[in-house]
Amino acid sequence: MSVFSEVPQAAPVAVFKLTQDFTNDQFPKKVNLGVGAYRTDEGQPWVLPVVKKVEKIIVHDDRLNHEYLPILGLPEFRSSASKIALGDNSPAIQENRVGAVQCLGGTGALKMGAEFLRRFYNGDNNTKTPVYVSAPTWENHNAVFSNAGFEDVRPYKYWDGEKRGLDLAGFLGDLESCPERSIFVLHACAHNPTGTDPTQEQWKQIAEVMMRRKLFVFFDSAYQGFASGSLEKDAWAVRYFVSMGFEMFCAQSFSKNFGLYNERVGNLTVVARDADNLKRILSQMEKIVRTTWSNPPSQGARIVAITLNTPELFSEWKDNVKTMADRVLLMRAQLKAKLQSLGTPGTWEHITDQIGMFSFTGLNPKQVEYMVKEKHIYLMASGRINMCGLTTKNIDYVAESIHEAVTKQCQDFTMQTKAVHVGRPRIIKRIKSLFHYCS
Amino acid sequence: MSVFSDVPQAPPVAVFKLTADFREDSHPQKVNLGVGAYRTDDCQPWVLPVVKKVERLIVEDESLNHEYLPILGLPEFRSASSKVALGDDSDAIKDNRVGGVQALGGTGALRIGAEFLRRWYNGVNNTSTPVYVSAPTWENHNAVFADAGFKDIRPYHYWDAAKRGLDFTGFQDDLEKAPEHSIFVLHACAHNPTGTDPTQEEWKKIAEIMKRRNLFVFFDSAYQGFASGSLDKDAWAIRFFVSEGFELFVAQSFSKNFGLYNERVGNLTVVAQDSENLTRILSQMEKIVRTTWSNPPSQGARIVSKTLNCPELFAEWKANVKTMADRVLLMRDQLKSKLQALGTPGTWDHITQQIGMFSFTGLNPKQVEFMIKEKHVYLMASGRINMCGLTSKNIDYVAQSIHEAVTKIQ
Repeated sequence: MSVFSEVPQAAPVAVFKLTQDFTNDQFPKKVNLGVGAYRTDEGQPWVLPVVKKVEKIIVHDDRLNHEYLPILGLPEFRSSASKIALGDNSPAIQENRVGAVQCLGGTGALKMGAEFLRRFYNGDNNTKTPVYVSAPTWENHNAVFSNAGFEDVRPYKYWDGEKRGLDLAGFLGDLESCPERSIFVLHACAHNPTGTDPTQEQWKQIAEVMMRRKLFVFFDSAYQGFASGSLEKDAWAVRYFVSMGFEMFCAQSFSKNFGLYNERVGNLTVVARDADNLKRILSQMEKIVRTTWSNPPSQGARIVAITLNTPELFSEWKDNVKTMADRVLLMRAQLKAKLQSLGTPGTWEHITDQIGMFSFTGLNPKQVEYMVKEKHIYLMASGRINMCGLTTKNIDYVAESIHEAVTKQCQDFTMQTKAVHVGRPRIIKRIKSLFHYCS
Repeated sequence: MSVFSDVPQAPPVAVFKLTADFREDSHPQKVNLGVGAYRTDDCQPWVLPVVKKVERLIVEDESLNHEYLPILGLPEFRSASSKVALGDDSDAIKDNRVGGVQALGGTGALRIGAEFLRRWYNGVNNTSTPVYVSAPTWENHNAVFADAGFKDIRPYHYWDAAKRGLDFTGFQDDLEKAPEHSIFVLHACAHNPTGTDPTQEEWKKIAEIMKRRNLFVFFDSAYQGFASGSLDKDAWAIRFFVSEGFELFVAQSFSKNFGLYNERVGNLTVVAQDSENLTRILSQMEKIVRTTWSNPPSQGARIVSKTLNCPELFAEWKANVKTMADRVLLMRDQLKSKLQALGTPGTWDHITQQIGMFSFTGLNPKQVEFMIKEKHVYLMASGRINMCGLTSKNIDYVAQSIHEAVTKIQ
């Protein structure tokens, strides 16, 4: 008998299972449009040239050692990371009310922020404060907050499946009707998985409601620079909210824009009311860090800090980022063009309207299943594709496959759904969007 | 008004505050015997030669990239780490019932293990299972388990201040009296902060009681190789418990024995009853890791993995480890001799009997305060000193200071 006999088998994390299935697939034309990592036009991972350069600098610098970093992380990393998000001339930084916690990627930054808020926000250890995450959102958001102790994690309206765009009315409606002081997780840019961001005007409306209703702003910024190719453009929303005077958190990830996925480089930027509040907040962050990972890993933070703090390297990095962003934009333009020329039912504007790594194709579960099983093209059940998985060599095959999926899967899906799921609003929406394809 | 107006200022972590105070001190003869990191005889941090070598190999290797590691970490790191702890010929490994979770240093390994146990051990989400940590213990143990959700963290007798050794009777007593299924955090070797480990006979007795009373074994192994200079010797207790058939966890740190403090290299070794249990356990570990750091950092794990899996590098590493362990042993020896030569009141055998980085000097808080304020020798309020802070250049000054503290202050 084992003391662990009753431990159930956990379901695998969907996106990694997808990649695993892809890896095991022998089909010569297989394509992986699942996990969110950049790929070159050869379908290969890309170590940024500037990263390679800085890694060599580091290894040859005999002044560096492996002594513990401070609990909050490498100081030059923290300050330059916050500067990237908030801007060189940020008044908040000048007012000494911006601080940071070096964390383990975006996940670690969200986790530290969540743990802090659960302990100290809206009362003492108030696990009932509602936390709102977009519908849909990154699959891990919900679990990060609930594992931090929040008991009430709820969706806010975001994606309008019918019009395939932002459900602003629904979003604003949720902001107006939620309990005061609720926490909202906002995607700074390149919304995952929909690729659909509020416009500047829409952000202004969102900010107005949030300020009036005392809602807490928690940005998730995983794609700065990667989305549009411009660091400033991609940080507009974050900077706008700061300029509006919000006390807020911003979980930054350098996984994508530095291609440093496996070195876990992240930063939780804290914008406080003033320096005194900041000091107390950071002292409590230290306690939380200490019992989770003690102090953060050095390598990735060093690479990013050296790059951001050295003008020529910073320039080179921005070029590398633009290279990635441009390739994604090219794939978007080409995919749309090909679907249009194939005469694939439906409108495909969303492919180029959406921004960042991901596109919410609008393919339904059955169509996705067809793509995966019949065409060996791996994408998430939600219809999310990683544009980086597209190359000049596979884009025709993918476009054709989408065409087949949409044209072949109309009838079958409708019949099945009617029989089993009549009355469920989400499925009815899917049926409607399917008719939209087929009409 | 801020939504954070009521957030209290947290006190700094003692050991880091000590180092901060040391840095600001301008006294020319100041000595830092606080934080636990190795120092050379020139009082400098030491990047192990084998580590420098492997770092160069990694940077030159064009086949490597920065793609996400699996959630549980670099496979070759996990298996090599568990092998280091359990031994090359480990039957448990051959039985396919040993797994590893690459974690963020020893802290991360403890945390993931604690989070798992709180969710799945002794019932579902049983936050009331008692967790026992030694009195005294590493200052962070208590908080790691508390933050994982355990509500009942208790001390078990360990240090006997009067005889300056292990309170074995008290320890056994607590084992006999603890509620069944309690979790015990055991230091695999080089107990922090006392430097006092059970003997092999004592470990056997501890194991016997723990087995009989269904207590859960959670080893903290932060000094393997560093304590005696021998990897196998320092892993004896772990291997004994495994051979006795325990299902157990071992939180391993490679911070000290690889000098890779800031790359956060750790491994939670899970020894399960069988491979079926192991599979289910690891699947739940993945869920916990996913919401904490998603997947672990690569650099440190690559360095350790390359080293452990390559015979020449492995041999070179063992030699580097022995260098560190030997210097500590030399300092222990010399400190004791000097105190004896000075005729400092008390017995000082414990300095050479204790093992590993730390020594529990027996200095009381007032004497410690004297050491810091008057002599600018920085040590923990508990009287714990880091032997690595001693060098051939400062050892006389330290011995004299201890002598003064003991004779002037009661």
